[in-house]
Amino acid sequence: MAAVVEQGTLTLEPLSRRRATVDRLMQAAVYAAFTLALIPLVWLIVTVISRGVGRFMIDSDGESHFNWDFLTQSMRGVYGGMPAGGILHAATGTLIITLIAAAISVPIGLLTAIYVVEYGRGPLKRAITFFVDVMTGIPSIVAGLFAYALFAVLAGPGTKTAIVGAVALAVLMIPVVVRSSEEMLRIVPNELREASLALGVPKWLTVLKIVVRTAFAGITTGVMLAIARVIGETAPLLIAVGVADSMNWDPLDGRMMTLPVYIVSEYRKGPQPCNNPDVACIADITVQRAWAAALVLILIVMALNLIARLIAKYLSPKTGR
Amino acid sequence: MAKRIDVNNLNAFYGKFLAVEGVSLSIEPKSVTALIGPSGCGKSTFIRTINRMHEVIPGARVEGEVLMDGIDLYGTNVDPVAVRRHVGMVFQRPNPFPTMTIAENVLAGIRLNNRRLPKDQAEEIVEGTLRAANLWDEVKDRLERPGSSLSGGQQQRLCIARAIAVKPDVILMDEPCSALDPISTLAIEDLMAELKENYTIVIVTHNMQQAARVSDRTAFFNIAGAGKPGKLVEMNATSVIFSAPAEKATEDYISGRFG
Ligand SMILES: Nc1ncnc2c1ncn2[C@@H]1O[C@H](COP(=O)(O)OP(=O)(O)O)[C@@H](O)[C@H]1O
Ligand SMILES: [Mg+2]
Repeated sequence: MAAVVEQGTLTLEPLSRRRATVDRLMQAAVYAAFTLALIPLVWLIVTVISRGVGRFMIDSDGESHFNWDFLTQSMRGVYGGMPAGGILHAATGTLIITLIAAAISVPIGLLTAIYVVEYGRGPLKRAITFFVDVMTGIPSIVAGLFAYALFAVLAGPGTKTAIVGAVALAVLMIPVVVRSSEEMLRIVPNELREASLALGVPKWLTVLKIVVRTAFAGITTGVMLAIARVIGETAPLLIAVGVADSMNWDPLDGRMMTLPVYIVSEYRKGPQPCNNPDVACIADITVQRAWAAALVLILIVMALNLIARLIAKYLSPKTGR
Repeated sequence: MAKRIDVNNLNAFYGKFLAVEGVSLSIEPKSVTALIGPSGCGKSTFIRTINRMHEVIPGARVEGEVLMDGIDLYGTNVDPVAVRRHVGMVFQRPNPFPTMTIAENVLAGIRLNNRRLPKDQAEEIVEGTLRAANLWDEVKDRLERPGSSLSGGQQQRLCIARAIAVKPDVILMDEPCSALDPISTLAIEDLMAELKENYTIVIVTHNMQQAARVSDRTAFFNIAGAGKPGKLVEMNATSVIFSAPAEKATEDYISGRFG
């Protein structure tokens, strides 16, 4: 390798062989770890897509061509191996319940974070931080049982409605929203608060229009990720909202289907008997529906992530020239 | 506009720690008053007591009086928010609001207080204020660009514009040039000379030449040792402080023997 460079009193050592080797080994290790982490992800996506698209290729009359029936039909009147039935009721249910959960947990979570970062002091602040930590660790099934029990007291035993599920999801979302909003509020430089206060702006307006505004992109990203986190919850919704075959728009009355619960209930139905050759029938239709619903769920989560990124891009503080 | 300030026997605390003790001095209207002294002697702490920004820090409090044209800014019925509308502040590091454009930064003090401005009036204020801050010619073509797109010196002048847009009587500047290059520093010093026609200006500076160049009166603060409170050693016309100071400590400091 290169020899020692000498001129006058200046001596520059050549690059040591050992250090170069270690560097290359480390690089290889990093790439290997990355690839390893990527394998299950790619595998998962490929599996879900390849098994999920099948349901979109046969319409409700049994004809083979691409169609949207799966998205536009509910499971009302669908039985056996009929090549019909879709997720309309489950997708709307998931959207309704998740929206209500977000509407409950974003104000509560954001205000809690604002209190902790901007106003809180002493034992109350420590207590809140502690309870948020505890909430983070609540298993989702417990949140479902809690909401179910709560509404059993408030609205009568056995109440299963969308709002009960939304409360269960909110219990899971709130600590995530608090945590991520706290982080985002904390990285707003103190200089901006002082600059605003020194202009004679009251504290609450400073918090609202400078601190929250500056952190807004980060807070939105956090909220989107919290939603993505709970949108796939199954167990609490099974308990709190139950199972339904038809559309239900009313969050205050009656059971409502959701995508994760749909996946579980279809999967549990198992293979269907196809005995009459004159009737269109697919034996593994339920499994096909489960995979197709999983595909839609993943697409919804991806869309949410995309929206979060776009919001972050357009609302984050403008820098550079 | 341009009010007189009299400080009587002022103590400033951080929790139990007494950071500034027993300061009494007068700040003349329509003049530049410089505060000099070694690091940690409480210059920043003191200047922040004048617009009640000191108490923003948790646990910080103030004893004594700060009179603005005879009214005690620490009187029982005085709202600190109102005080800050009369006493503006420019900080050491330029801190334009990153979510706002140049024009929005200038109007920040007005808009953040939920006051509505007709468009033509807003434009008038932006232009007038940026002209007063010697920044108009440099930014008039890019008022809608983010404030952070400017150079450090321009950002600092933008912060000065932001401070004077709310029409304060007094402007406090805590080492406004210490993060800037010499050319930008000169621009700010020129600006101070113009602003003192209309405002009372108080500036903290580490740079003795700057104090000598821009100020009419100079106050020298000193500290007996680490953990001891900072005190006002003497205050006089700048020419006197720099040629014939009364105290030995002042002479040692300005001749560069410590600090
Ligand atoms: N936020 C703070 N909390 C506690 N002590 C502080 C704080 N800011 C400054 N101090 C202390 O107050 C003293 C004066 O500081 P400062 O006013 O910043 O001095 P200067 O601006 O003259 O360098 C120093 O001893 C410093 O450590
Ligand atoms: Mg200082």
